[in-house]
Amino acid sequence: MKRVTLALTLALAAGLSAQAADAQTLKTVKDRGMLSCGVSQGLPGFSSPDDKGNWTGIDVDVCRAIAGAIFNDPTKVKYVPLSAKDRFTALQSGEIDVLSRNTTWTISRDTSLGANFTGVTYYDGQGFMVKKSLKVNSALELNSASVCVQTGTTTEQNLADYFKANNMKYEVIAFATNDETVKAYEAGRCDVFTTDQSGLYANRLKLANPNDHMVLPEIISKEPLGPMVRHGDDQWFDIVKWTLFAMITAEELGVTSKNVDEKAKLENPELKRVLGSDGNFGEQLGLTKDWVVRIVKTVGNYGEVFDRNVGAGSPLAINRGLNNLWNKGGLQYAPPIR
Amino acid sequence: MSTEARKPPPQIALKIRRMLGGKAGWNGVAVQFAFAAILGWIGYEIVSNARANLENQHIAAGFGFLRNNAGFDVNQTLIPYTGSDTFLRVFVVGLLNTLVVSVVGIVFATVIGFIVALCRLSPNWLLSRVGEIYVEVIRNLPLLFQILFWYLAVLAALPNPRQSISLLGIAFLSNRGLVVPSPIGQSGLGPFLAMLALGVVASLALRFHARRALFQEGRMIRIWPYVVALLLGLPLATMLVFGLPFTFELPQLRGFNFAGGSRIIPEFVALTVALSTYTAAFIAEIVRAGILSVHKGQMEAGSSLGLSRGATLRLIVVPQAMRVIVPPLTNQYLNLTKNSSLAVAIGYPDLVSVFAGTSLSQTGQAIEIIAMTMGIYLLISLLTSAVMSVYGWRVSRSLGA
Repeated sequence: MKRVTLALTLALAAGLSAQAADAQTLKTVKDRGMLSCGVSQGLPGFSSPDDKGNWTGIDVDVCRAIAGAIFNDPTKVKYVPLSAKDRFTALQSGEIDVLSRNTTWTISRDTSLGANFTGVTYYDGQGFMVKKSLKVNSALELNSASVCVQTGTTTEQNLADYFKANNMKYEVIAFATNDETVKAYEAGRCDVFTTDQSGLYANRLKLANPNDHMVLPEIISKEPLGPMVRHGDDQWFDIVKWTLFAMITAEELGVTSKNVDEKAKLENPELKRVLGSDGNFGEQLGLTKDWVVRIVKTVGNYGEVFDRNVGAGSPLAINRGLNNLWNKGGLQYAPPIR
Repeated sequence: MSTEARKPPPQIALKIRRMLGGKAGWNGVAVQFAFAAILGWIGYEIVSNARANLENQHIAAGFGFLRNNAGFDVNQTLIPYTGSDTFLRVFVVGLLNTLVVSVVGIVFATVIGFIVALCRLSPNWLLSRVGEIYVEVIRNLPLLFQILFWYLAVLAALPNPRQSISLLGIAFLSNRGLVVPSPIGQSGLGPFLAMLALGVVASLALRFHARRALFQEGRMIRIWPYVVALLLGLPLATMLVFGLPFTFELPQLRGFNFAGGSRIIPEFVALTVALSTYTAAFIAEIVRAGILSVHKGQMEAGSSLGLSRGATLRLIVVPQAMRVIVPPLTNQYLNLTKNSSLAVAIGYPDLVSVFAGTSLSQTGQAIEIIAMTMGIYLLISLLTSAVMSVYGWRVSRSLGA
């Protein structure tokens, strides 16, 4: 009889403990003293470890900015490198607090994964890279080609759509990680490597002779890349969403990591609101009044982040293009802080 | 007044009591039922809890996704498949790819394993050392490295399609794989296959007859000329009447790749080679142990009857060794099948890669997909075990054990 009671208690415990789902991500993060951030396994410009093991990139800076806003310390981030196919499971299971891993915003991901996109850190589009020696100038000349692609991505589906729409045949070879895909492309297993265009430029740098390869002009898809958080915690959703908006607003107002302290002293009403000497927007988010100052001091404004990681100040040297501010011909736009 | 003999308790109730309750009788039965009910309840709680949590977080649940379009393509498909087919079809495509690499791998692993085992047991010093080195090197290196090694070695050694190695102008070898002519059925195919089947059945009947004659009457009947005539002659005769059964479509270089013909992709070759050589090292040790377990006197008895070493092994030693070999051999077959899931590392589209990988990521329904994948691996393993058990039982029976 004793054993039966024991089994019953065990079963009860198992049944109840599973109920304890998450809700207060901010509190969890503060208690832990660390932000757990899902990143890629190495994509230069977006998230990759440098030679000293420090993570850098535009996606990494989003996490550093969040950590800056919460802890005033950008080093309090634990980076979890994830393959494309594992990333959503890691977010759903609570292993990471935010997924900042060049992830394309689509309706199915927004609605069926139990997670939300908080904004767009980078407007991208899918392209193709080939060896120059193939003498191909357009993606429409790729009939019967072998294509290397990373598995579990929207890239894989766009590829199928594009070749079908243009009535071309192709062979697809899908690998689990970005590095394996690039290695197979370099070994000659396939004629074409396809991923988001920013990724093509980033991966080209990894090849032995980058100049033997070229990116074709066609862009075959819309790939808005952004961070994701779990459903069910609106406060956390707001924090991640407004961290990016704060970076964009700072660029719009000309606030940089160098002049942020001087700007905070100015008697400009908008600057006072944004930089926290007027109003309590930061506290409403669950952060401090000077949250924008903390973010800008940590990573800089959006323009600085872009230039340092993927733009003119980086080896990738990608144009701002669609990622310029809305009033400079791009798409980056933040709702007002007021 | 006569006393009636007491009736024995009904047999069925007695059996149930003994089966479920053991020595504890009906009390035991009650405990068993209670235990089963608790287990069932725990299972129900876990499932309903998971469902409720998924619903709370608005994560899609259920198996409805299997009817949705997959929207991605797969490199090697044994059944027709396009991007507009469903996830269920992806599941079948991946399963078939896993099965084909497992079956081919098992066949090669067994053959290589037996050869290496015989090498190790050979009185020839050089052969036995070669066998020993093979086993010690291969089984001590991680399988994943071996798969990557074969893949990169295969790729590095082969030229691109435009400079492919031509084999007699009909088959071409390049880093896109081996392209061979593919047969296309013609009008003569039906009769050809029918006669071939007839030939096989007739040959089996002949063999059965010859074995009976040998074991029961001690007569040796030479059957091979008839078998050749049945297997080759009959189908060839149909070709004279009905025309060619099939013609070959030759592969041709068109654009980037070969068009026409059938292709064996390098991922398949690398995975098969790695899996079969790796598992062969273990099988070799199992076979060696099996053969050594047969008493030395059996070998000597064979020699004293004037049988050659090969004939003694084939007719006397190996059949007895099989009793020891089959159970651990089954384990190795199961290992090979399960190890084939490492395919994902080199882009071979097996079940884990296309279903538990790509489909999982496209739909996000981890619980359903992982459960289905685990279920099918379990089923494959149980079926393999069942087949091997039947084989092991037959081996033991034929030895009269």
